[in-house]
Amino acid sequence: MPRFGMVIDTRKCVGCMDCVVACQTENDVPSGFCRDWITTEVRGTFPSLTMEIRSERCNHCDNPPCVSCCPTGASHVEDFGRTVQVTANKCIGCKACIAACPYDARFVHPQGYVDKCSFCIHRVKDGLDPACVSVCPTHCMHFGDLDDPKSAVNALLRARQHHSLLPEAGTRPRIFYLT
Amino acid sequence: MLEVTSTRHNPLIDPHLSVWSWEIPLYLFVGGIVAGMMVLAGLAMRRIAKGEDPRRFFSMQTPLLGFVLMNIGMLALLLDLTHRLYVWRIFTTFQVTSPMAWGSWVLIIVYGVLLLSALIRLPDAWPWLGRTVPLIKRLSDTLIAQPSWIAALGWANIVLGVGLGIYTGILLNTMVARPLWNSAILGPLFLVSGLSAGAAVMHIAATLLQGRSAPQGMVGGAFSALLQPLGAQHPEKSTAQSLVRYDQIFLVTELVFIGLLLINLQTSSASHAVAASLITTGPYALPFWLGVVGVGVLLPLAWQGLELSHKVAHTVLPAVLVLAGGFTLRWVMVNAGQISEITPFLSLGQ
Repeated sequence: MPRFGMVIDTRKCVGCMDCVVACQTENDVPSGFCRDWITTEVRGTFPSLTMEIRSERCNHCDNPPCVSCCPTGASHVEDFGRTVQVTANKCIGCKACIAACPYDARFVHPQGYVDKCSFCIHRVKDGLDPACVSVCPTHCMHFGDLDDPKSAVNALLRARQHHSLLPEAGTRPRIFYLT
Repeated sequence: MLEVTSTRHNPLIDPHLSVWSWEIPLYLFVGGIVAGMMVLAGLAMRRIAKGEDPRRFFSMQTPLLGFVLMNIGMLALLLDLTHRLYVWRIFTTFQVTSPMAWGSWVLIIVYGVLLLSALIRLPDAWPWLGRTVPLIKRLSDTLIAQPSWIAALGWANIVLGVGLGIYTGILLNTMVARPLWNSAILGPLFLVSGLSAGAAVMHIAATLLQGRSAPQGMVGGAFSALLQPLGAQHPEKSTAQSLVRYDQIFLVTELVFIGLLLINLQTSSASHAVAASLITTGPYALPFWLGVVGVGVLLPLAWQGLELSHKVAHTVLPAVLVLAGGFTLRWVMVNAGQISEITPFLSLGQ
């Protein structure tokens, strides 16, 4: 059984937000909300500045606090790909998962249930990449099986320096940023 | 220098988390009161089982009042939910790692124990009910005739009360993403604050309702059963004073636990120290120092100390202050906790 993850090359990402728009279109994300977003970090003191642009979303953690705190099992780890998903008709809207997520990746859908990035699992089941990955004009996003040593994502992680977000939270996130 | 910009703009998430408003603090506060009242009622039941007169213990009236208060808390919780029609989903499963699931199931048991405990005094307190439904009177008589059952019920009240009180803190404590809540002392702090608030509610009821007799009618009797199930009997004169003595212990313990919480956070990671500063010097410093520590603990502690040494007259005002402080504690912790976040090292300006 695969364990899906994502590798994003911050040296290629230009922050065009195509991934954000593709996600909103593909997943019918309500106006005013977003399942993925662009974060820009500028570090240093002029003139020695560095900038990292990241496309961020739910990290589909290996140790997801949103799943362990959910009282109904609406937030769960799906067998296929070990991704973190929300079953809308099991969610009571208690928002414990939102408070538990260190990435603030979740939000309350206007219909009342909690929503977030699904890694476009409906597309992945059909053999397609998630919408954000498939539209990226710089090809900076890569999606694949982290448990397969021959996968493209693993090849990139072996070849390049990378980091994940807030590893100190102990969530073991599965989105990696190449630097 | 580190400058971070984000295109995310989700309501209730950005610029900072604000998913829980007044409902959750109220629910945690009421849960704490009920927990405190259960422990005090449980202690009384232990003594009744040893042969003491049930009428001596004013706390025996609290199970039914606790039942009503718990409903207020549950209503607040229901109002907080954004997908309310699916609330029954909690009881179609048991998620062993979820504190909220544990709390929901424990509350079912709490309801049962509260109602069973109320049976001990209910037919006396609400004569109309005893006349209309003789079965309740028979059940009550059977229960009172079995000291071992009352003793067991007393233990159940104490254990569940302690569990419920700690749970209200553990619920927040388990969320690693919010450093302000990441202290195991939060559970005991909320428990002892709940004990103090439970004693305060009983104190107010015992003081204000002395000398009234239980009405024989349906509606009046129901009200009386909530707040004065002792019928024509007066609460023992020592009731209020012994509650004040208990409360002094609770308040001193609460003060110690608040100190331990701050020490715990300040000596943890940088994120925890930043989170602690939200309530010590930051935007929640005023309600924390003035509302929680000053009005909620120090003032009633000093006032009740003077009452016990007979330097000032006895009033219910310290109990009212304790209740105000108890709610403010939950309000501050829930709101400041939502603002707190794991701060990456480089964001701290190093």
